[in-house]
Amino acid sequence: MEKTHSINYGTYVLVWLGLVALTTLTVAIAGLNLYSLTIIVAMAIATTKSLLVANYFMHVKSDSRVFKVFIVVCIVIFLTMIILTFFDLIFRYPAK
Amino acid sequence: MNEVSYLKYEGKHNGLAGWLLSTDHKRIGVMYLAAMIVFFLTAVVFGLLMKFEMLTPGRTIMGPQTYNTLFTLHGVMMIFLFIIPGLPAIFGNFFLPIMLGAKDVAFPRINLLSWYFYIIGALMILASLLFGGGPIDTGWTFYVPYSLRTGTNVTFAVFAAFVLGFSSILTGLNFITTIHRMRAPGMNWFRMPLFAWGLYATAWIQLLATPILGITLLLIMLERIFGIGIFDPALGGDPLLYQHMFWIYSHPAVYIMILPAMGLVSEIIPTFSKKNIFGYGPIAMSSLAIAFVGYLVWGHHMFSTGISDTSRAIFSLLTFLVAIPSGVKVFNWVATLYKGSIDLRPPLLFVLIFIILFSIGGLTGLVLGSLNTDIHLTDTYFVVAHFHYVMFGGMGTLFFAALHYWFPKMFGKMYNEKIAAIGAWTFAIGFNVLYFPMFILGYLGMPRRYYDYLPEFRNLHVISTIGSWIMVTGIFIIVINLLKGFLKKEMITDINPWGGTTLEWTVPTPPPVENFDKIPVITRGPYERDEHK
Repeated sequence: MEKTHSINYGTYVLVWLGLVALTTLTVAIAGLNLYSLTIIVAMAIATTKSLLVANYFMHVKSDSRVFKVFIVVCIVIFLTMIILTFFDLIFRYPAK
Repeated sequence: MNEVSYLKYEGKHNGLAGWLLSTDHKRIGVMYLAAMIVFFLTAVVFGLLMKFEMLTPGRTIMGPQTYNTLFTLHGVMMIFLFIIPGLPAIFGNFFLPIMLGAKDVAFPRINLLSWYFYIIGALMILASLLFGGGPIDTGWTFYVPYSLRTGTNVTFAVFAAFVLGFSSILTGLNFITTIHRMRAPGMNWFRMPLFAWGLYATAWIQLLATPILGITLLLIMLERIFGIGIFDPALGGDPLLYQHMFWIYSHPAVYIMILPAMGLVSEIIPTFSKKNIFGYGPIAMSSLAIAFVGYLVWGHHMFSTGISDTSRAIFSLLTFLVAIPSGVKVFNWVATLYKGSIDLRPPLLFVLIFIILFSIGGLTGLVLGSLNTDIHLTDTYFVVAHFHYVMFGGMGTLFFAALHYWFPKMFGKMYNEKIAAIGAWTFAIGFNVLYFPMFILGYLGMPRRYYDYLPEFRNLHVISTIGSWIMVTGIFIIVINLLKGFLKKEMITDINPWGGTTLEWTVPTPPPVENFDKIPVITRGPYERDEHK
């Protein structure tokens, strides 16, 4: 049976404000030169935002375990693809 | 209502509309079958013409541009319209719900929508031949930067492949949900037929990998229209990024083609050796292992493109790992046959042909997965031979096996078994005469995708072309025999002509609209024979 979701509107507004704040942070950080940390910081913010959207707006937080497992499997495969692609990009032109 | 077969049922719509608007998984499966046979035979004719061109050096029947167009169309139609969707769309749709003890798939309307996406995509591919800059000439891989610069109708054809992707994603979603939610009471995961395991592993690939191809193809279109510079080196893009993204989908797609086919082998072998399958658990788990490791090996298509040495070593290692679960399957199939009461009927004959062809294809894949030998063989006929042994010898042969295995159940009619066996042998002989010389040609340095060649390659090309005639004769015999069986007036009444043990052999022939009067309760493994008659 489908479960009813117990998240109240106040939480949705808070999460939305959090997403707006993180977007602002992304824009602000784009102006700074963080060298090799740039991609890591951008990805960290994006990951946090994705987690908020998935957990609250997509109700994953209150869903059954099987969906959480699906999502984790998808993320692991996606990360593996990114890492394997970067094995090419990072080592293609070795530093002299 | 449930006494009427799905072929004769008349509901809200009758006649052609009764098929085109039907959400019955069986009718949708048959509609896929009808469409795919047309596309498959068309692509066979393209292949035959290409082989005829290679009969003599220089121009035989066509010039280079026509040849480029033909090998592209042959590849696009075979890959995107036949091999990738073939077994899941036809036999998955028809048999998955029945094998699980369900009345239909989880989302019947989405299932019909998938078929429409498939047909629209296919028609768009055909339409791309007729207008714009003319038929595409990029090869089925649409490699940049050529696909960005050629004046042929790449944008439209790529969009067609994009639309076809939706069909695949929706089918995958449907199958995953059906398998999770609609198994009959008592059918736990390890009482599920192995064909369903193959479809389950495949469905995850369809769901997770196809969107990456969709994005990649969209980027090609954007690059061609707006020149945004993601792949074009002249604009600061990276052409190798295209190859990464393309093969992140297209290598797992190889497993979309082969995993359901392997599941089918695991159905046919126990039926015709009258034995429980040997190693059910390892076979089921090896499907998931192949699907998972298959995601991680795409780089082996790029060994000679200039990717980093580190990634070449990693991808080579991962490629060799895929051989392990594939080997597990072959071992278990052979072990099932061992001391079985083997009945060499046409479906099993096709399966045995598959095991031999696929083993040759798999072992030559290891030659290509090894870095040093790959450098010598990349983009030669060796790759063409390996690819056809794996894909056509694999999925193609098993497509025929599936047709011969489930034909009586699907249509309630029987074909001539002797002629089927003659067709199978002719096909197998022609296949080897056609493709085996290509291994030698490739080893000697004959490059793929050329309409011309040096005179020293002539003998092997002639043998290969003769092989194509033999193989097509075999296909002709197979198709005509099935067609004759289909057009026969007399129906068979035996619900289980092969002595199968899975649920599709317990329902009437052909199956009624809702499959089961009463949803069965499962109390045994799918291939256990003790309690089953």
